[in-house]
Amino acid sequence: MPQRKPLHLHVPEPTGRPGRDTDFSYLPLSPAGAKRRPPVDVPAAQTNDLAFALIRVLADDGQALGPWAPAIGAEVLQRGLRAMMLTRAFDARMLIAQRQKKTSFYMQCLGEEAIACAHALAIGEGDMCFPTYRQQGLLLARPDTSLVEMICQLYSNPRDPMKGRQLPVMYSSKRQGFFSISGNLATQVIQAVGWAMASAIKGDDKVASAWIGDGASAESDFHTALTFAHVYRAPVIINVVNNQWAISTFQAIAGGEGTTFAARGSGCGIASLRVDGNDFLACYAATKWALERARSGFGPTLIEWVTYRAGAHSTSDDPSKYRPANDAQRFPLGDPIDRLKQHMLRLGHWSESEHAATQKAVEAEVLAAQKEAEQYGTLLDHHIPPVESLFEDVYERMPAHLQRQLAQVRAMEGLQ
Amino acid sequence: MSQMTMIQALRDAMDVMLERDPNVVVYGQDVGYFGGVFRCTEGLQKKYGTQRVFDAPISEGGIVGTAVGMGAYGLRPVVEIQFADYVYPAFDQIVSEAARLRYRSACDFTAPLTLRMPCGGGIYGGQTHSQSPEAVFTQVCGLRTVMPSNPYDAKGLLIASIECNDPVIFLEPKRLYNGPFDGHHDRPVQTWASHPKGEVPDGYYTVPLESADVVRTGQAVTVIAYGTMVHVAVAAAAQAQVDAEIIDLRSLWPLDLDTLVASVKKTGRCVIVHEATRACGLGAELSSLVQEHCFHHLEAPIERVTGWDTPYPHAQEWLYFPTPARVMAAFQRVLEA
Repeated sequence: MPQRKPLHLHVPEPTGRPGRDTDFSYLPLSPAGAKRRPPVDVPAAQTNDLAFALIRVLADDGQALGPWAPAIGAEVLQRGLRAMMLTRAFDARMLIAQRQKKTSFYMQCLGEEAIACAHALAIGEGDMCFPTYRQQGLLLARPDTSLVEMICQLYSNPRDPMKGRQLPVMYSSKRQGFFSISGNLATQVIQAVGWAMASAIKGDDKVASAWIGDGASAESDFHTALTFAHVYRAPVIINVVNNQWAISTFQAIAGGEGTTFAARGSGCGIASLRVDGNDFLACYAATKWALERARSGFGPTLIEWVTYRAGAHSTSDDPSKYRPANDAQRFPLGDPIDRLKQHMLRLGHWSESEHAATQKAVEAEVLAAQKEAEQYGTLLDHHIPPVESLFEDVYERMPAHLQRQLAQVRAMEGLQ
Repeated sequence: MSQMTMIQALRDAMDVMLERDPNVVVYGQDVGYFGGVFRCTEGLQKKYGTQRVFDAPISEGGIVGTAVGMGAYGLRPVVEIQFADYVYPAFDQIVSEAARLRYRSACDFTAPLTLRMPCGGGIYGGQTHSQSPEAVFTQVCGLRTVMPSNPYDAKGLLIASIECNDPVIFLEPKRLYNGPFDGHHDRPVQTWASHPKGEVPDGYYTVPLESADVVRTGQAVTVIAYGTMVHVAVAAAAQAQVDAEIIDLRSLWPLDLDTLVASVKKTGRCVIVHEATRACGLGAELSSLVQEHCFHHLEAPIERVTGWDTPYPHAQEWLYFPTPARVMAAFQRVLEA
């Protein structure tokens, strides 16, 4: 019997810290085109290998390779690229707006644009996404989204559709298949499973798409959601966006060390894929696969999207305190916009001049929307929704005690 | 009209609503094939099928979380938490989600759901099968909290709760399931068969939310009670021969303040009785409301009779449980003041 050493608590550490480059060999990668694409009715257990692989389509030279390469034309590619560019331009502008104190808070999705934008193009009308705070691409990729409305939400002004009740970025848009963002982590995943169960109970064909980050996947609601999704074979996609960092918490602290987040699904009997989240084509193809599986009654899919949070967690965060400054540049999966652009240039679906013109166009679109939204007020000028909006919608009908309290506020503020 | 126990009345309410509204679904631990550990859903799966009535994994957070999602889809889930003592894993879903969804999304999404759960003591259930956690729900804005004290109200309130577009916490005093209980644990068990509120109308009817019931009119003192304590208060008034006006609150929050205020203004005295622990309990809020709205009519300090501020015990159950003797002592104090 070997001699035992005294026990020692294992506290995972990232390989990189400020001043020390990250060794990204902790991320298992696969070459583009190397992984099989099973039929959508495959038994969940027969996807276990794909939970430990990395499904990729776009090679380093911009070629689309392998069975996951989606059959999509130039039009979808151009819409996808534009959506990612708009998302990045919107984020950049709103970060500045926060620095100007026009909004109290902002969260960008820099580097992760492909996941939500490809998902939005793949998903069907009537399906419902249950997002976190970093899936603004789901909205920005849609042609029916009003940037003005989104900015009014960020400014908490009288045109804020949430009536000033929610932190900036906590959008809700039922008509666009975008569930109200909670802010409490992981709660929406089990709700998405419930929504999907309802679709099945009613005999409909709608699919729910739940979103969560690597960090929040440690919450019990996530694991409960996997159990319920499996038990009832719910038509749901459970998207785990592994962007490596939960504020300052490295993904190994969330349980990613020596395994994958996709493997959580395998353990629960759920078909599971691990996908290059910076590869627009892989994102589109994997979403379509999971949608078809769910809609056909074959049950849930867990997809781990491997990406990198290139920006700060939020405007209240400073990542230079806990990770190397060059991490995003050294991340082995590159930048999603550059990669799709390269692919489209190669196919002749795009040109540098079109790219430059599109960049100008999306920046102008954001700027025009911002100007309009600012006419309705920003946090700076204290144009806030009316006092009633504080008391309305707590219940369907305002109970007597809230009517009394509303009257008190009105009296105090000298309002009618 | 039919003679029913509270269990039968609750089952009948779910039966009526499953029949009337195709969006009503019923699920929870053991509620499907077996029909629930207290038999409240017995026969419903057989009648309505597994798409409407089914078993859930042992996960209160999952049961409530899926119900929020189903509510957002357009269903009206009626879910059972096997004991109120087990509801705490679902707290985030109840407080941060079900109760806030309408407000935070400005009515874009709502979660009409009813969470049924047996509560209260008197069955030697110890601390994990006896709690009365109503106050942790009544403090949460956006929730409605309801507790019936008899079969008639149980059916009418449950139908009203299922139809309500707000999330409702529906607490069922389990000691009342099979008969009224006045706190005299040493006396023979009573049944609902001989109780007027055991007469339950067939089919659909509602008891409106936010409406209290004056179960006994009187002039000497107002008693505000709910659940099992309504029966304890009635027994105490009879035994002490006090002309008490006894109010069954029924909807704990939002509540029917007008009925309470009118009664206390008439009697000038008030005793509040609940089984839950005392400190920061619902009684504290009720006492404060009575003081705010009836101060100039009060002839004596408001009295509270409650469970002690201890975990619910096992062997010492009858030292903990608010008995008629404790209510009578409170009568004496307020009437002598």
